[in-house]
Amino acid sequence: MSTVAAGPKGTRTRGRGERGVAASILLHTTLVVATLISLFPIVWLVLTSLKPRDGWLSSELEIFNQPSLDNYVRVLGETEFPTWLLNSVLAAALTTVLGVFVASTTGYAISRFRFPGHRGVMWLLLVTQMFPVAILIVPLYNLMAGLGLLNQIPGLVIAYLTVAVPFCAWMMKSYFDTIPREIDQAGMVDGLTPFGTFWRVVLPLARPSLAVTAFYSFMTAWGEVAYATVFMSQEEKRTLGVGLQQFVGQHWSDWGLLTASAVLIAIPAAVVFLLVQRHLVTGLTAGATKL
Amino acid sequence: MATSTGRVANTARGQAAGADGARGHRGGSPGRIGRALTRHWYAWAMTAPVIIVTCVLVGWPLVRGIYLSLTDATEANVGRTIGVNAIPATYEFVGLDNYIDILTSGLFWERLAWTVLWTAVCVGLHYGLGLGLAMLLHRKLRFRSFYRVLLILPWAIPGFVSAFIWRYLFNSDFGVINAMLKAAGLGAVGWLDDPTTAKIAVIAVNVWLGVPFMMVAILGGLQSIPGELYEAAEVDGATPWQRFRHITVPGLRSVSSTVVLLGTIWTFNQFPVIYLITRGGPGSSTEILVTYAFREAFTGVRNYSGSATWGVLILALLVVLAMVYRRALRRQGEVW
Repeated sequence: MSTVAAGPKGTRTRGRGERGVAASILLHTTLVVATLISLFPIVWLVLTSLKPRDGWLSSELEIFNQPSLDNYVRVLGETEFPTWLLNSVLAAALTTVLGVFVASTTGYAISRFRFPGHRGVMWLLLVTQMFPVAILIVPLYNLMAGLGLLNQIPGLVIAYLTVAVPFCAWMMKSYFDTIPREIDQAGMVDGLTPFGTFWRVVLPLARPSLAVTAFYSFMTAWGEVAYATVFMSQEEKRTLGVGLQQFVGQHWSDWGLLTASAVLIAIPAAVVFLLVQRHLVTGLTAGATKL
Repeated sequence: MATSTGRVANTARGQAAGADGARGHRGGSPGRIGRALTRHWYAWAMTAPVIIVTCVLVGWPLVRGIYLSLTDATEANVGRTIGVNAIPATYEFVGLDNYIDILTSGLFWERLAWTVLWTAVCVGLHYGLGLGLAMLLHRKLRFRSFYRVLLILPWAIPGFVSAFIWRYLFNSDFGVINAMLKAAGLGAVGWLDDPTTAKIAVIAVNVWLGVPFMMVAILGGLQSIPGELYEAAEVDGATPWQRFRHITVPGLRSVSSTVVLLGTIWTFNQFPVIYLITRGGPGSSTEILVTYAFREAFTGVRNYSGSATWGVLILALLVVLAMVYRRALRRQGEVW
């Protein structure tokens, strides 16, 4: 496992990046165990969803016994799942697009311009992240009711934006801070307006951070339960997080349906995740470290 | 947020000077507002959407929530419209009664103790495991990116899906965890039926969920520590522990302080895991403050004022926590 050029030539001790066989085995064993723990629930979910109709009732440690798509067929055909999915997709997509746009303009403004109220905005963004859902949910429910936004996807999206945008704006701000100011100035010299500079020069450079922001916004909306449970009471307006609770209620549960729909829900999230995961480390830490 | 570090202040001056020099900043001349507008309108325009939405959807509900917490509003006495009849609100201002009630009841302190335990254990394990894994992944090794992707995967699964998966795994009759225990010759455990095991179960799930974020953030922090430092230390004969203690730990300080604070806030407010796995049960033994407040507000006779009071208390706790934390960091000479 010699991977890195070991120190100056002629050193007798092991150089950096080299280790003994025992250490290698230990390292890989630890990582393999950790990976198994992180993967096991997901693998088990997929396997269970592929069991026949009542297969979930058995917990036999069998890998595959009569695989069947029965659960998927039932979820897509006999339940409201497609409607919930559509609602969730709409909510998540709108939250992502609006969230990324709004967070990046705000992040840019607080990164580049000193304007009256600058500190206030930064404070607002930080404090908002601490707000427990519990305190906001009742008044927000009343507010939404007053605005006629209950059981409306836009209402839900607005609520999600208040959750996603503060964090995203912070991350964007920190990332913009790492982009040299000279680049903006060059854009200005070329006659671009401040907004033009932002849109055509800076934003394309901030792609890693945009990816993380998009991921975060998407996941916020895709996985949210509390607001959706309260705001979307009508059957056909439910999102996935709300709807799925029906499959495993107090009196009746069908884990077959649940596991199949869970797989269907996890796939888009995993795809988005795989697309941005390269940027996660760079984007996130540029953001997080300077929060 | 004391972000007015030298760097930021400098850029501020740079911007202002670039526009029209430092002159006319503070003066009370007539055209001041107009000039401020011409200079700052785009900054304001860029932040306006966030400010407006935040003020309407967070500021107003907050004020309203604080007001509700001072009343005796429940579902039964708030104003509402049924058909053509508008029923006026009949709830009254009761001052601090709700606070006194809650703070003198054993329930609040019991829930608070569990919430604190839950947060401390979860964040401690998140951070410890995240740091350990990040340090392993930071080494040169084969399959590194492969391990990394697989280890981050729990983060990519939506929280509520994970909560459901784990509820299934913990199921006492057909859950795989009990099946494994039986296969190993041990008895089945009613994981979610007993207060203690239910607590262990929810903590395990939350740890599983939260480690990837910590790992990724710390990994980024590790990558930002210059390798020369380690080389120099090695040349000087520092042991691995000394290198960890005197290079890695200080190098990670800013990342750590941020992720620990964020992790604490997130865990403290972690709703889906508890709500979807145990519903706060058995009894209310796994109910943390946030889920309890939600239960007050939306089950049975909706107790709006009680829920709002819980909410205000939770917020106050978090704000105090953040301030104490920041002060502690400051004392260590950390500019944050």
